[in-house]
Amino acid sequence: MTTSYQLKRADFIFKNENDWEEVLSKSINRTPQELINELISSELKGRGGAGFPTGLKWKLTAEVEDTTKYVICNADEGEPGTFKDREILSMVPFKVLTAMTVCGHVIGAKEGYIYLRGEYFFLLPELNKAISEFEYYCKEINLDFTIRIFMGSGAYICGEETALFESMEGKRGEPRNKPPFPSNSGYMGKPTVINNVETLAHTYTIFKYGAKRFYDLGVQYSRGSKLFSVSGDTPKPGIYELELGMSLADFVEEFGDGDTKAVQVGGASGFLVPRKRFSETAIGFQGKLTGISLPTGGSMMLFNSSRSMFNVLDNYLEFFREESCGQCTPCRVGCQQLLKGIKAVKRGEKNAKYLDKLMRLTETMKLTAKCGLGQSVANSFSAIVENFREEMIY
Amino acid sequence: MPKMTNKIKISINGISVEVDPGTTILNAARQAGVIIPTLCYHKDLCIAGNCRVCVVEIAGQKRLAAACATPCEEEMEVFTNSLNVHNSRKQIIELLLSEHNADCTSCFKNGNCELQKLASDYKILKQDFIRLVPFKNYSIDKYSPSIIKDDSKCIRCQRCVRTCAELQGVNALTVAYKGDRMKITTFFEKPINDVVCSTCGQCINHCPTGALVEKNYIEKVWDAISDKTKHVIVQTAPAVRIGLGEELGFGPGTRVTGKMVSALKRLGFDAVMDTDFTADLTIMEEGTELLSRLKRALVDHDPEVKLPMATSCSPGWIKYIEHMFPDFLDHLSTCKSPQQMFGVLAKTYYAKARNLDPETIISVSIMPCTAKKFEAARPEMHDSGYRDVDYVLTTRELAIMIKQAGIDFMKMEDTHFDRLMGESTGAGVIFGATGGVMEAALRTVYELVTGRDVPFDNLDITPVRGMEGVREASIKIENPLKAWAFLDGVELKCAVAHGLVNAKKVMDSILSGEANYHFVEIMACPGGCLGGGGQPLPTSPEIRRKRAEAIYAEDANMPLRKSHQNPEIIKIYKDFLEKPMSEKSHHLLHTQYTPRERF
Repeated sequence: MTTSYQLKRADFIFKNENDWEEVLSKSINRTPQELINELISSELKGRGGAGFPTGLKWKLTAEVEDTTKYVICNADEGEPGTFKDREILSMVPFKVLTAMTVCGHVIGAKEGYIYLRGEYFFLLPELNKAISEFEYYCKEINLDFTIRIFMGSGAYICGEETALFESMEGKRGEPRNKPPFPSNSGYMGKPTVINNVETLAHTYTIFKYGAKRFYDLGVQYSRGSKLFSVSGDTPKPGIYELELGMSLADFVEEFGDGDTKAVQVGGASGFLVPRKRFSETAIGFQGKLTGISLPTGGSMMLFNSSRSMFNVLDNYLEFFREESCGQCTPCRVGCQQLLKGIKAVKRGEKNAKYLDKLMRLTETMKLTAKCGLGQSVANSFSAIVENFREEMIY
Repeated sequence: MPKMTNKIKISINGISVEVDPGTTILNAARQAGVIIPTLCYHKDLCIAGNCRVCVVEIAGQKRLAAACATPCEEEMEVFTNSLNVHNSRKQIIELLLSEHNADCTSCFKNGNCELQKLASDYKILKQDFIRLVPFKNYSIDKYSPSIIKDDSKCIRCQRCVRTCAELQGVNALTVAYKGDRMKITTFFEKPINDVVCSTCGQCINHCPTGALVEKNYIEKVWDAISDKTKHVIVQTAPAVRIGLGEELGFGPGTRVTGKMVSALKRLGFDAVMDTDFTADLTIMEEGTELLSRLKRALVDHDPEVKLPMATSCSPGWIKYIEHMFPDFLDHLSTCKSPQQMFGVLAKTYYAKARNLDPETIISVSIMPCTAKKFEAARPEMHDSGYRDVDYVLTTRELAIMIKQAGIDFMKMEDTHFDRLMGESTGAGVIFGATGGVMEAALRTVYELVTGRDVPFDNLDITPVRGMEGVREASIKIENPLKAWAFLDGVELKCAVAHGLVNAKKVMDSILSGEANYHFVEIMACPGGCLGGGGQPLPTSPEIRRKRAEAIYAEDANMPLRKSHQNPEIIKIYKDFLEKPMSEKSHHLLHTQYTPRERF
């Protein structure tokens, strides 16, 4: 099914209106319930990739009774092809700090942390400056909320929220069993809201302009705008804020080089869409009306016909082989088998039918891996092997 | 407090079960008579949920859930054997096998391996995943006299890591690296022998495969037995007689003392003696040492004397304290462990009595323990002029020898230990259970001081028994004999701990000044020696409880229950040692300790 939505640019996130003090003081004078309702009616969904409704997340955490709670900004932007959070934190850090503080007000937390990707250490000086300026203002208005930065050490898995908590607690970054979920037991076993940088920046927009302004963007089930990190075979790489719900065909029309063979939506753990499916694919969260709809953290990687999809897959699997935390069997061993498997098929050491066994393996990984990493390896693997099988074999 | 009486109703494969809130699907299934296979799950440990073998299908959920880690929810419909589950589980086992050095026939754990059993149950006949083993840079660490760690057999379930952290608080084993390089290793990947490892062997007890096993000395012992120029003498620790049966067809908690002695004789040992004898001897020495420390502290006000005095029978505990609390070594009793007392006496007292050249004596011990292997190899354990204990075998290794020798263990008649160092009392046998050394010591010390039996029914000092991690007890001394008048009214405060994580609790409370004990008993392993790192597999709280019952039944059935009544003990002091803490005892039966690094 084709969608009729054209690419619609939006400009909220990076618009630096310099009015965070006003938005902050206005918001913290509203009741938590009002703010939660505002978020729920905006239908904002998490922008890290999983798309959990943000208002519900805050609500669930607010409802848990505990004297200690935490707000954590997930800035461990590690998904290959994603580079939007870095820009948000360097261009409009106050929006994020404000949003964290409002969240603290809503759920009853006094402490916030930014878990900053290890490779982003160069952001530290400016970010620290912003935090001290921000805290100075908080003191002035008698607001008790502190924000600290926790530096990651470079493991991809620590972007997974529970692995992130483990890492912050000084332990090895390995995902936890769920339940319990962070709203009940997160950092230090306390109720915790953990949001992606961009999600927090959007809540700023919502608190400033009201839910309706946000809700009016996008399509049903996929409301609002979203940042896209565009890379690969494109004449205009960069970060773009677009309304959700666009068709991939329109996207490629705008950003492709005229020879686009496939687009990887959502980074290595996301979905690969071949050319023949561009027009039936929409970018947004799964809903009944939008046909094939792909959730995304915003990474859009374009590949033209000069690219070998075998190499693309090989590259992803190489990444997962190294970045799996290694604790659960399907992910640790599965990633090794997939990587070795496609190489063996390519070299002729295994026959082409072995690819079917690997497809079944990705199914097992999707069903049984402990966290999103192992579950999502199947996404790009099956799309590439299904649509570009001959490239795998010859 | 909300009442937790509301039960949760769920269905498992159509069978409905009612469970308490918080119950996992795994435990609910067991309640319903449904078995879900597991690997990383162990009753002694926290839930990891990482092997994914226990996955089950829950109606309405897209993904499968790990039964061990998922709590039941009202109305949940669980399927443990749907096609999805079956195929996924099979593939997960196949994945594990592809990363595992499945050279089963050359593996020490052949026949007793949980992965092997799963492979056998699921009949994964077509294993065409690529073998990953040859691509990896695996190492086998054989440097420790106690433990062999073979990374090629590791399935990364982290049971050993959790054991070392949760049961023992040692953290010698940890996870390092990520992805395909993820492995279980030590500080800076040093050999186990060079790190903080207590050599307790609990990691071996909890390893599902052959990645962690004891260093075995079976062939050396066979060589010694068949060497006609050698006189091979064997001693058996208290906990062996209540554990050995499990390896040879009996249920947990079966007492097989007499059969064990017969089997040892059949194996060809020249003399079969009892570590319980030197356990009784330990009580004589350690009890006397405690009284002398009390006198120096209470009467002489000697600032040099250290209280509480801590027991020194558990070599895992000794190595632990040497690493973790090197400033506290003066608190340890200077008594050697019963094994080492036996070893030194075998090549002195026994050699003399039997008119043997000690050089021709090979002294073997059967222990529920892997730390005993390390202890026997300590350079200071040569007070006989020779290595006091030549070879230490675990209970498991003894079972292997019995099977190799074709001995039908079930049909063995009961025989008694050989004389001279084979007589023991109930006090000696309870050394095998946590609290046993304390109880044995109190039976003797109290009587020594007051001339009366300990004020407990049937000599059973129940407050020090049980499976609580740390137990405290006190005994008030009233109307002592004249020589001990200074103890009149003194309340002797004692503590008992088992599992090194509990040892640390006791140590911390002593160091903080919170506790003012006179005497503490610490055993490295959960349950004491009966749960030792060399005992039969599997292990679980229930199995250890049954073994403890057997130990106390053994004690209750002994004609003599107090160490100082042992006629062979009376004899050895008369003929050889003179008296407890004598010059000779000091030389042969006491030792000193070595401070070690804490990594």
